[in-house]
Amino acid sequence: MEARLKNRHRAERRFRLFGGLAIFTSLIFLGALFAIIIQTGAGAFKQTRIALDMHLSPADFNAGQAVEGDWLERADYQAMIKRALRQAFPELRSRREKRSLYRMVSSGAAFQLRKKLRGDPGLIGTDFRIWVLASDDADMVFKGAVPRDAPVAHRRLDDRQMSVLEALEDTGRLRSQFNWTFFSAGDSREPELAGIAGAALGSLFSVLVCLALAFPLGVMTAVYLEEFAPKNRWTGFIEVNISNLAAVPSIVFGLLGLAMFLNIFGLPRSAPLVGGMVLALMTLPTIIIASRAAIKSVPPSVREAAFALGASPVQAVFHHILPLAMPGVLTGTIIGTAQALGETAPLLMIGMVAFVVDLPTNILDPATALPVQVFLWADSPERAFQERTAAAILVLLVFTCLMNLTAALLRKKYELKW
Amino acid sequence: MSKKTLVIAAAAMVIVSGAAQARDQIRIVGSSTVYPFSTTVAEQFGKTTPFKTPIVESTGSGGGLKLFCAGIGDRHPDISNASRRIKASEVARCAKNGIDDIVEVKVGYDGIVIANSRKAERFKLTLKDIFLALAKDVPAGEGKLQPNPYTTWKQVNAALPATRIEVLGPPPTSGTRDAFVELAMEGGCKSFPWIKALKKADKGSYKALCHAIREDGAYIEAGENDNLIVQKLDANPRALGIFGYSFLDQNTDKVQGSTIGGEAPTFENIADGRYPVSRPLFFYVKKAHIDTIPGIREYMAEFASEKAWGRDGYLADKGLIPMSDAERADWNAKVSALVNLTM
Repeated sequence: MEARLKNRHRAERRFRLFGGLAIFTSLIFLGALFAIIIQTGAGAFKQTRIALDMHLSPADFNAGQAVEGDWLERADYQAMIKRALRQAFPELRSRREKRSLYRMVSSGAAFQLRKKLRGDPGLIGTDFRIWVLASDDADMVFKGAVPRDAPVAHRRLDDRQMSVLEALEDTGRLRSQFNWTFFSAGDSREPELAGIAGAALGSLFSVLVCLALAFPLGVMTAVYLEEFAPKNRWTGFIEVNISNLAAVPSIVFGLLGLAMFLNIFGLPRSAPLVGGMVLALMTLPTIIIASRAAIKSVPPSVREAAFALGASPVQAVFHHILPLAMPGVLTGTIIGTAQALGETAPLLMIGMVAFVVDLPTNILDPATALPVQVFLWADSPERAFQERTAAAILVLLVFTCLMNLTAALLRKKYELKW
Repeated sequence: MSKKTLVIAAAAMVIVSGAAQARDQIRIVGSSTVYPFSTTVAEQFGKTTPFKTPIVESTGSGGGLKLFCAGIGDRHPDISNASRRIKASEVARCAKNGIDDIVEVKVGYDGIVIANSRKAERFKLTLKDIFLALAKDVPAGEGKLQPNPYTTWKQVNAALPATRIEVLGPPPTSGTRDAFVELAMEGGCKSFPWIKALKKADKGSYKALCHAIREDGAYIEAGENDNLIVQKLDANPRALGIFGYSFLDQNTDKVQGSTIGGEAPTFENIADGRYPVSRPLFFYVKKAHIDTIPGIREYMAEFASEKAWGRDGYLADKGLIPMSDAERADWNAKVSALVNLTM
């Protein structure tokens, strides 16, 4: 008797230990994952900039013929940037030397200069300093992502460019600042000009369309099946199929979207509208199943009390049962949507895996989504895209965490104990 | 409630857009190898012209040409990128759907490199070594074959190190794999005189022999992502990896390209054609769209300009190997005259 009791206690302790170990292991994995992503991605939030001392004369702006109106638009800003670079390093004379000098700054520098002058045309004719974006190669060296002492064959910057970098650094014309571009720009082939705003907007539009379609449809289906539908072979058949739909691989929904929405309805390719519709198909089963569980958990006494006071079935459902089931319904919806936010496979088929520079302004504009941006950047050869990939993953994780947190809070706030 | 209006808006959109509105933005599909170059040109084009930035989808060469050949009109792409030449079957498919006039543009070359980690010794290979190390069946005397018996590089060629054959490369769906098989494997295969003779006699079995890659674990399919291969090589100095030149160019601190037939995979060697494993890259334009979608002509001109595809152009910075001066001039003339594709 004594021995058996001991045995049982030991089994109990063993089980707890295993459980603890399982949680510990998954926490370690999760921690390692976060650590790697944060370590790789942190660099992307900083961007190296180079100071250029400019002196522009009005003559720079009316080369050729005098054009009215858009003369600020047409000027050759690239040439002005190059001239400023040459003036800063007059000792570099040969064509090769100058070319390697020009590669220190981003091709976006000319557009930065144009933007600055548009904001303040009075700068023309004065001396001013502009902090332009460094090229991705210079950026990677300055941040230390590429070692400085590597032999010349092992790095992207040659010795001349390294000495230019050091000269800039010594005279305080090189600095690292917060990378706003990353949060305000669309995609670009130049890592220093690339941002996630386009992808984030695309994801936002898709998720809104997805919610607008899947939420009412899902809740209505759940209410009807749970409260009104007769229990017969037909409803049984429908129930089984809803569960089946929840297990269908997401690429299949993409194929369906291609065949139905694009080829039959003639909707535009790459549009968040179509993306949202496809994601809605994917999210529907999750919402239906969660909503039905929530409705089922409302005690029958509530319904009976409503009937006893003379409520019609519809009134009983909409005035009493559904409001009580709402926390569960919302949790299911948010978890389903968070899942949809991370999908790429169905978007591939409807053309949302694409290079889109312009920010989408409505649900019909071509756009990508956050996970697609991660995929596209992970596939790019430029070293600087590696840290941007990790940074984009971080942003996606923050979004997903926020949505899940909302779900948890809603549940906490409205949860009722019977 | 805004949700309600959204639902109504979405429903209205579905009905309205049935009557498709005219597109004012170029749509490009196709090869993931040409994607980095095509997007660079698209971005420059969008920034320096009044036209919208084209949308570029990375669908693979085959997938892109399938979409391209599906028909004429707003709903179909205007341009398809390809890391190989368009096939006769694809031209026929296009013709069936009313696309008779296609303009072909060759943009430059892409080298395929066989690289290993800098922590190990650089490999000096020949095409024959590559074939013997990676083929499914290798010749055993005149006219006879045996399943590939080699497990180390030293067995293949006594001058190579005695490490196990372990090569990470792209899967069969990839254009890089197609080009590698055609140029490197077949090139090594042809170095046996009796196999070369077989090409005339029995093309089917010649192809089966030269294009088959071993499946016993020495060749590891590492997926389409070349960055992953670079990372795996860095972690495993004994392995070799097969990928595009631009990835070597960007990761020279981690990996080194093996020489093939004595030629290192450098920019100059690939451009001169001395490095044997390089392939041409193309894009195809639907002529019927040129006057209905704004900007196509200008996009082609941007691509074919010296500042883009020239020796010192911005595409060279991205890893594209430019064509020779004469070839560029020739293709530039074809672009401005919109010369039809001839097979």
